[in-house]
Amino acid sequence: MSDMTANTQPTPKSTSSLYDETKRTKRRNQSEVRFKAYGVAAIAIGLFFLIALLVAIFSNGTPAFKQTFITIPVELTESALDKTGNRNVDEMSKVSTFGYKPVVTNALITALKDAGIAIPFKKEKDVEKLLSSSVAAQVRDTVLADPSRVGTSVEFRLLASSRVDGYFKGRVTREDLIRDKNLDAEHLDIADAMAKAGLMATTFNADFIFGSDASESRPEQAGIGVSMMGSLFMMIVVLFLSLPIGVATSIYLEEFAPQNRFTDLIEVNISNLAAVPSIVFGILGLAVFIQFVHLPQSAPLVGGLVLTLMTLPTIIISTRASLKAVPPSIRDAALGVGASKMQSVFHHVLPLAMPGILTGTIIGLAQALGETAPLLLIGMVGFIASNMPDGIASGFLDPNSAMPAQIYEWAKRADPAYYERAWGGIIILLLFLMTMNIIAVILRRRFERRW
Amino acid sequence: MNDMRIVKRDVDMNDTKISAKGVQVFYGDTHAIKDVDVEIKDKTVTAFIGPSGCGKSTFLRCLNRMNDTIDVCRVEGKILLDQEDIYDKRVDPVQLRAKVGMVFQKPNPFPKSIYDNVAYGPRIHGLAGSKADLDVIVEKSLRRAAIWDEVKDRLQAPGTGLSGGQQQRLCIARAVATEPEVLLMDEPCSALDPIATLQVEELIDELRENFSVVIVTHSMQQAARVSQKTAFFHLGNLVEYGDTQQIFTNPKDERTESYITGRIG
Repeated sequence: MSDMTANTQPTPKSTSSLYDETKRTKRRNQSEVRFKAYGVAAIAIGLFFLIALLVAIFSNGTPAFKQTFITIPVELTESALDKTGNRNVDEMSKVSTFGYKPVVTNALITALKDAGIAIPFKKEKDVEKLLSSSVAAQVRDTVLADPSRVGTSVEFRLLASSRVDGYFKGRVTREDLIRDKNLDAEHLDIADAMAKAGLMATTFNADFIFGSDASESRPEQAGIGVSMMGSLFMMIVVLFLSLPIGVATSIYLEEFAPQNRFTDLIEVNISNLAAVPSIVFGILGLAVFIQFVHLPQSAPLVGGLVLTLMTLPTIIISTRASLKAVPPSIRDAALGVGASKMQSVFHHVLPLAMPGILTGTIIGLAQALGETAPLLLIGMVGFIASNMPDGIASGFLDPNSAMPAQIYEWAKRADPAYYERAWGGIIILLLFLMTMNIIAVILRRRFERRW
Repeated sequence: MNDMRIVKRDVDMNDTKISAKGVQVFYGDTHAIKDVDVEIKDKTVTAFIGPSGCGKSTFLRCLNRMNDTIDVCRVEGKILLDQEDIYDKRVDPVQLRAKVGMVFQKPNPFPKSIYDNVAYGPRIHGLAGSKADLDVIVEKSLRRAAIWDEVKDRLQAPGTGLSGGQQQRLCIARAVATEPEVLLMDEPCSALDPIATLQVEELIDELRENFSVVIVTHSMQQAARVSQKTAFFHLGNLVEYGDTQQIFTNPKDERTESYITGRIG
């Protein structure tokens, strides 16, 4: 009011047009454009690597799901397999796979002759190199399962050897075989002829998914099924221990615990534990669970316990974050109508935090599923050529392997056929992880809608 | 809304419902409430007014021990509800809060259906024997909060989907559903538009028949419109407490007069 002169001054006339960009604006706009370009470039690089990774995994891994089989009738001669003719399983089981081998080899020679395929070897017996060394056991198992088959001719789908399989998958060439005493180029000629005659075909191999590991010399027989069971039993242990312990810890720390030095210390330590290398948990599990408590070695129970220790910090941190994200007004509202602290937490806060808790848990589980290092230390890289665990107790306590450990084991072996199987194992592992993430998303959606 | 006219109402000489004696509140080292004595009458609307940060909300939250949830908060002195010390060791704050309901500044319905919002209190306190009883309580509470007609056709719709004013009335319905004896309201209209404010104010006047209402407000007009008793807080002190009419027309303390006429605040 006192400054009357200010009102009489005219509004300063603008010297520049709005249509012209000033230098300053131009610079600012340019830097914004640059920043956006950096962002797009970063995403493009990320996408490129992702695609490269996926292409590598799928191109290397898909052959593992197919296997070359030889389908021939096998004459189960009584004189070789059941000398007494009693069809007594106990007596017949005295004939080992060595007794069965000639039977299968002869069947192959006969089949080749029937199909009019010439055998270019001095010793006809050499054609057996086309077959996997596992076939004798396969035939023996079938015979012992039903002794009445002896004396008849039964059609078998026999595994071809890994070199032959590799030839059909493009992994093995004739030049490679010059230095390879396992197979000759002539074998490949026979294989081509057999494929033409319909005796040999490369088809989908369910045994890779459901079967067990095999010895180093017969990659064609190896499957990931048993270690999948090992992983499954471990995940059961992890889920049933880490979810309740983790959520209870988080709720107590977040909602009930007093704020003091001690709880601060606990908080700092939980954050630190999340960053501890997993191999440390492995050696801890070795020292505590195996050497001190004397739990069985290589057992999924121990693996699950170790992975629980590793997963807990992840679950606690994510659960606390999602509890923190629930607005305090909800707690006030519940307390205001006379709910107890626990009722306010369990009726209101926890359901709202549930999507976050589930996401955290499943991410923790996925991390545990892919973890290898701690399993090496507690011996869960055992060579498990046995069959599936035959019960829940043996599932938890019998030695087993886990999917990532199995993949590591395969990648370590010399035969290139195992390299292919390692990639195939990774595809299965990734499918599991993807399924878990999808479950996480679905659960989150459902809980969010339900509130 | 700028109606400063004080509605002349009969103030019965009601019994004292809450009586505070020498209440001190500390937040860590901060002395937030200094030696407050106040007698809150039954079936009366009592307004707490004062500038921001004067401690009126803090004092309100002492009346149902909501300050217990804040670790650093310490309350001294005595607050008697029907002659019983609510800070006595034997008192369970949960039971106290069933008797002393609260409505907050920001509408905070549970993210559940309208029905479940209102039914939650009666459920946890076991006030309803059957589903039919609960239905009756829910309807009665929603009617009391003057929102029944607006929501009766969509009781299963989420409470968070209502408008701000409706949400606040839903919160009031939720608070009255547990049949409290005292209803504390912490600036219940600050997030509402004038029309919703008017509805809530009318509601407060009706609630007086059944409850003793304590309301914290920034709006002096609102205090004048809805309350029979007014307490003026300043810097943690209770400066003046008396009939609303007297406070607004003939304040005894200089600070009260300054605040009411807009010179401090």
